[in-house]
Amino acid sequence: MRAKLTVVATLALVVVVSGCGKKVQPVPIPQPPPPAVNNTPPPPPPLTQPPRTVTEDLPVPAQPVADDAIGNKPLDDLNRESPLQPAFFPLDGADLDDIAKAAVSSNAELLRKYGTWIVTIEGHCDERGTAEYNLALGERRALAVKTYLVALGISPDRLRTVSYGKEFPFDPGHTEDSWSKNRRAQFVITSK
Amino acid sequence: MIKQLSSLLGPGRWKLLVAVAVMTGATVAAGQQPPAAPAGQAPQQPSDVELVITAGGGSVPHYAVPDFIALNPEAADLAKSLAQVLWDDLAYEREFDMIPRDIYASIPAARTPDQIPFDSWRELNVDGVVFATVQKTGKDVKVQVRLYNARSRRQVFGSEYSGTDQFPRNFAHNAADDIHKQQRNLRGVARTKLAFISDRERQRVRGTGQQNRESKEVWIADYDGANQRRITLTNELNAGPSWSPDGRAVAYSSWRKVPTGGGIDIYISRIFQGILDNPTKGQSESNMQPVFSPDGTRIAFASNRTDNNNEIYVMNVDGSGLRRLTNHPAADVVPTWSPNGASLAFVSDRTGTPQIYTMSSVDGTGLQKITSESYADRPTWSISNEIAFAARTGPGYDIKVYDNGTGETRQLTFGEGSNESPAYSSNGRHIAFMSTRKGGSQIFTMTRDGRDVRQVTTTGNNVTPAWSN
Repeated sequence: MRAKLTVVATLALVVVVSGCGKKVQPVPIPQPPPPAVNNTPPPPPPLTQPPRTVTEDLPVPAQPVADDAIGNKPLDDLNRESPLQPAFFPLDGADLDDIAKAAVSSNAELLRKYGTWIVTIEGHCDERGTAEYNLALGERRALAVKTYLVALGISPDRLRTVSYGKEFPFDPGHTEDSWSKNRRAQFVITSK
Repeated sequence: MIKQLSSLLGPGRWKLLVAVAVMTGATVAAGQQPPAAPAGQAPQQPSDVELVITAGGGSVPHYAVPDFIALNPEAADLAKSLAQVLWDDLAYEREFDMIPRDIYASIPAARTPDQIPFDSWRELNVDGVVFATVQKTGKDVKVQVRLYNARSRRQVFGSEYSGTDQFPRNFAHNAADDIHKQQRNLRGVARTKLAFISDRERQRVRGTGQQNRESKEVWIADYDGANQRRITLTNELNAGPSWSPDGRAVAYSSWRKVPTGGGIDIYISRIFQGILDNPTKGQSESNMQPVFSPDGTRIAFASNRTDNNNEIYVMNVDGSGLRRLTNHPAADVVPTWSPNGASLAFVSDRTGTPQIYTMSSVDGTGLQKITSESYADRPTWSISNEIAFAARTGPGYDIKVYDNGTGETRQLTFGEGSNESPAYSSNGRHIAFMSTRKGGSQIFTMTRDGRDVRQVTTTGNNVTPAWSN
């Protein structure tokens, strides 16, 4: 009896929900239901959309990157009190002024003295540029230093460049004093 | 699916429900993405106007989302929280006037649709009211969402969603997208995600000479900031994520090879499979700023592999088919695809300052400079043919939009902090961006005309958002 009730109610709603103007195939009209005998509420109207299974994949946890460069204590100590000086740059610029050239020249002397050292020249920017373009500017600063070192006779095979954009400021402040320290090419000894 | 249906209706009754769905013209099959609605224009009206809820006088219809009905005690918490998520999702597209939920907290809850107090809703001038139920049995959740026209008292939308309680907000997100689709023929963003870079875990960076440097990893979150999760574990610097169009992979630049003598290189994390690809297989050169093409087959990126000078390249996602697109002694970086994949925009400093350029096709020809700012960076190209970018407007930056049709530029933010790195949602109606307006660097979203600014992240510093389809 309940099943019949549901069919009648549902079919009635089908006609309503599907609206006028749609051709509905004639269906046999079932017998009218007997009067309701209890207070069971009528079933809700049928859904208008097909049911959907809602799923979401859980990201696979990222695997840690092997820590193959930490623990090189002597190099860490050497870089902590680095004998190689940074070169500083003007805002938005990548040209070496006389002070920057003097710093790079003094680094060239050390690189000649310690002929096995391999260094990475990091190009850095201050926070006033944007994250994306600063990667290009940092690259250009590192390259300017490398080019000058090569001109001073250092083999390019000993010099790597990498840009850090504005991601790793030397001084976290937000004044010109801090910014001027952050627009730099910084030397890291990666092999000695 | 049939099993779930049968359990809902009892044996033998499911055929009827399928017939109803077919007869009412429902076209969204399970798991199928609805097609994109054109953005920047008024959404099209669904063909069955009878089912579209309207307000009098052509104004925006007023919607109410009362608490869902818990069909068992276990579902009580979900019943309340899902109603709020659905309300938020429906408010986000600004197609409906969402009446605040506390205004109608006193209206008695209808346990069944025939108890919906339509008179009370009409007193609040409500045009559309949601009636929804939640049932939770162990981990299994079943949600039915119905939308009623409060004027005609007719049900205009009804759908059932079943799944587990692992990501319960998805039930509401699915319903919101379905309602936007059915009522406004609009592709909503409720199920989209943001990827971004965060320094919140502050791990010491690997390698020598890296004192006082802390890691920046790739994170993802729902569009509204829920479910924030880290997807890289490098203890290194990472930058500039980009979603694959199917939302299952994120490409980004990583410094993970630098401690061992390499340069910046491109990685693709297939985040649901735990697979990491390195298509560029870089040595000491730098490959960075990857962006998936709209069809997912190619990646545009910047590389200094020739003469240490950054140029724009494209390659297939597996690294094959490499092609160089620019050739200029200036830096050419930060590529972005046009929405049909037929051209690219990028940043070049060939005039002395960074500006945005477009190509007429993906071969480097037909270059056009579209900005004349003191500094412009990070183009993002919407399906309504607008290119948003960050422009230097003072000490900081603001988001501006170049209309590729009219050639006009308008400004969306006005010096409230610095506003950078815009990223369009796939329906072109929203922009995610980084702003310093609340201190630190955080991700926000706003509408394409600069309104309704919402903060997405709060922990640590979070930058360079990308928005999934």
